[in-house]
Amino acid sequence: MTMSRQGVQPTEVIDRAAKLRFRWNGKRFSGFEGDTIASALAAEGEHIFSRSMKYHRPRGILTADYWDPNLMVQVGDDPNVRAGHRLVRNGMDVRSQNAWPSLNRDLKAANGLLGRFLTAGFYYKTFMRPQWLWPTYERVLATFAPGGKIDIDTPHGYHDKRYTHPDVVVAGAGPAGIEAALAASTAGARVLLVSHEHAVGGHLRYSSDAGDQGALAELRASLDASDVEVLTDSTVTGRYEDNWLGIVQRNHPIAVERLIKARAKVLVAAPGLIERPYVFEGNDRPGVITSGAARRLINLWGVKPGERAVVFSANADGDAAAADLERVGTEIAAVIDARSGGQISSTAGSSRAVEAVMANGEQIDADLLVMAAGWTAPTSLLNMAGDRPVYDPAAARFFPSDPPSNVLSTGGLAGDADLDGLRQHGAETGRLAAARAAAVRHRLQARTARALPVEGDEPAWAVDERVPLGRDPHPELFRADTHGMVDMSEDISSKDLVAAAHEGYDSVELAKRYTTATMGPSQGKLETVNTVAAIAEARGETISQVGTTVWRPPYAPLTLGALAGRSFEPVRVSSIHPWHEANNVTLIQAGQWLRPDHYGDPQAEVRNVRENVGLIDVTPLGKLDLRGPDVPKLLSLLYVNKWMKLGIGRVRYGMMCAEDGVVLDDGVTGRLGEDHYMMSTTSSGAGGVWEWVENWLQTERPDWQVHVTPVTTAYASINVAGPKSRELMRRVCEGVDLDAEAFPYMTVREATVAGVSGCFMWRIGFTGELSFELHVPAGHGCHVWEALMDAGSDLGVGPFGLEGQRIMRLEKGHFIVGQDTDGLTLGPSTGMGSLIKLDKDDFAGKPELAWAADRPLPLVVAIQPDDPDVVPEEAAQILRGDTNEILGRITSSRFSPTLNRSICLGQVEPHLAAGGTKLTVLLESGERISATVIDHHAHFDPAGERLRG
Amino acid sequence: MLLVPCPNCGPRNSTDLRYGGESHARPDPNTASPQEWRAYLYLRDNPAGWLRENWYCASGCRRWFSIERNTATNEFRDPPLPGDKRGGAA
Repeated sequence: MTMSRQGVQPTEVIDRAAKLRFRWNGKRFSGFEGDTIASALAAEGEHIFSRSMKYHRPRGILTADYWDPNLMVQVGDDPNVRAGHRLVRNGMDVRSQNAWPSLNRDLKAANGLLGRFLTAGFYYKTFMRPQWLWPTYERVLATFAPGGKIDIDTPHGYHDKRYTHPDVVVAGAGPAGIEAALAASTAGARVLLVSHEHAVGGHLRYSSDAGDQGALAELRASLDASDVEVLTDSTVTGRYEDNWLGIVQRNHPIAVERLIKARAKVLVAAPGLIERPYVFEGNDRPGVITSGAARRLINLWGVKPGERAVVFSANADGDAAAADLERVGTEIAAVIDARSGGQISSTAGSSRAVEAVMANGEQIDADLLVMAAGWTAPTSLLNMAGDRPVYDPAAARFFPSDPPSNVLSTGGLAGDADLDGLRQHGAETGRLAAARAAAVRHRLQARTARALPVEGDEPAWAVDERVPLGRDPHPELFRADTHGMVDMSEDISSKDLVAAAHEGYDSVELAKRYTTATMGPSQGKLETVNTVAAIAEARGETISQVGTTVWRPPYAPLTLGALAGRSFEPVRVSSIHPWHEANNVTLIQAGQWLRPDHYGDPQAEVRNVRENVGLIDVTPLGKLDLRGPDVPKLLSLLYVNKWMKLGIGRVRYGMMCAEDGVVLDDGVTGRLGEDHYMMSTTSSGAGGVWEWVENWLQTERPDWQVHVTPVTTAYASINVAGPKSRELMRRVCEGVDLDAEAFPYMTVREATVAGVSGCFMWRIGFTGELSFELHVPAGHGCHVWEALMDAGSDLGVGPFGLEGQRIMRLEKGHFIVGQDTDGLTLGPSTGMGSLIKLDKDDFAGKPELAWAADRPLPLVVAIQPDDPDVVPEEAAQILRGDTNEILGRITSSRFSPTLNRSICLGQVEPHLAAGGTKLTVLLESGERISATVIDHHAHFDPAGERLRG
Repeated sequence: MLLVPCPNCGPRNSTDLRYGGESHARPDPNTASPQEWRAYLYLRDNPAGWLRENWYCASGCRRWFSIERNTATNEFRDPPLPGDKRGGAA
């Protein structure tokens, strides 16, 4: 087979004045603007483009379009590029895939000799036993895996997303699709027309018929003059609930790929038909192509596909291909007409080229075999809308059966007609789509509160009065009297499918998964019907009885980059952040927040808090402003402890459990006034607790008068901790008595701090030191922080970060929800079971906590390794002696600068919870160490004297 | 993606809302047996057909509401009831 560039064709899409240079496996090639990689290579005589997946057989052009399974190449660092679709660019570095050491001399072709062993389910059967060999099998098999090479250092290119709400989306821009778009637009609908190809026109593009070309010019002119938005080189990849559509745009000027999410009111599916290859011996030999490939090569790119051709034709497209071939000087050795019983049975030749065709029992010398054996209806978008297509043996293809009424089909999917008939059906479909879209639009607007008022009643759902398209009779051609390749992507032959059926995998869904037919890159576009036909034949049934596989999204592949889109990772920072940044901070991301972890030496920060005074920015602490007469009832309902008698100015610690008794959150809540409370939550729980509160108020207790305002970011929060904190606070506070008697532990006061009024502070602290937690209107956070730093310079004030706080809270044995508890930790397991007041009438989780009350549960305990220098890793297992029986785990661990030893919290089985119990802890290194449970949660100052000072 | 008819915000993408699951009454915590309480926590009817469900309009009005949806066809049946977690049982 010799392909070559011919003289100018009237229909061609290449610009012969614009020459492009590129490389193919390192060698220089050239093409023209408008060439695909495949057409440019073919024009220069290349005819082997890849090696097949299993047998590494040389493969050439089959369909010369997006779906061509033989044209997968690597372009630069971009693997699995479809050379039948991707346009050539200057400087492109194109390489073949799946061949080693080279495309022309592929050593793995030895697999081909083993062909009869590489049958259906070969891998399943062969590499099962012995199981211990699997890692070896896996390593060897991985080198045989097909596909391109992924460069993990490739930078994440720019990807983008777009959201749009058109009335009508038309998927497919052939004559019917264009007419549908135009008619819908004329009827007033906002229309998006999506063309899979680089230009609109569908099959008219590669038709040399003058009438077709005239119609195409007319349709394009009408589109240009219309309000229809046209996307080319883009594919509707999926249809989801309520016509939510994914569209991948491959030709965006900036983004590598753009994912468009469209909420269409009506979807018109007009993808046309995909030509089906024929199955016979030698049907994957280079030189066997579809009629569409021949016509595309000739009419779009001026490439002559071969010198001497046999045309196997069952339809008008085959006849047109024969005429096109003849026009460019290909000798037509024979036209085998399947409509009058003509039959082909095999090709002969080398592994690299067709040399002869066996047709009607005769051998005909030829370097090209063109097949026009029938059509596959790509009903994917209708499948995704819930439709199960039905096979029509007279037309030899599947048709939609009963899609939802907001999904319409037109064009080849709906039936057959001449060009005028297709255009008319398209236009009628467009009008119907616009009418139904108007009804949906009216309904959506009417249901949207505060939307612009909608006039009149909702339009009636338009009745489908389209004249249905006919169905041209077509011979059922799937397989000749010989066996051949059904799935070229996966190297699955009709023999493999028959074997699978005989082994019991006779349901089409089972056979598909067992053999992997239809599961390769072409995803059934070319091979589904032949697969079904092979199974039907093996079962002695009809295609209708066997049914077909369900097409799922995506219709065409899209990159992970397109799905990921732009990288948006917004973080929150407190108003004190600029000070941290100017002071040698090391930041840590905690949930949505970027927080100071430390300022150089967390151990020194801890010592400074224990000896002098330190400041920590605790702005992310969740804060809910609660107002109303029923707040105490709400608190009693959500916390496990009691709240009805909290005095004004008092603060109390509370633990929240979910309805299943599992610890949800904890924090303190203070009463600021008669009907005014401030609830604090954990930093990570701020959003969740707010929703939890709203849930109870809205659904279970809607009659309660409580108003909830989240004020987490309205206040900057600073904890001033250490023995000298009172002295420091005296220097900056006005209007509040800070003496221990006047402002004792667990109380709240309002104050003016550093000239800022409207601050409140509570005397609590996670660190176990005398401390004041200040909440300052957020805009003044940095000012107050700086005032504290200035005022305390002679007291040794310094900042401390999250790490210092974590060490100090662990020294005090305060558990952290989510760190020392998990999704199964019931309230009493925290060791704070005495908080749970089962005599309350009702609270969240009460029945579960009542059930748990007298049962042995795992417990959070304080643990000290016997070797004070060993800090076990967090999540280290606690085991029984030398066994592997797990009895618990370390949940938190640090080295304590205060105690000069390692300290831990852990969860252990109830019988290990008593003080003095010896534990065995397994380190990551595999070493087992001994540790001891201590009496109190607090490793340091268990009486809490420093805190209360 | 499902369009969920919020009574306040109108039809919104389901990702704007939090799915609250099947509507079911909360038993009296003082009289419920552990079995009844766990049925409330974990057991759902999961019918193929009409079902009253709770939704929370997390990215919109932040209101809980309940509405009937046909789980087989994803049709919604009007009208949504603000804040009614117990559905027909209330």
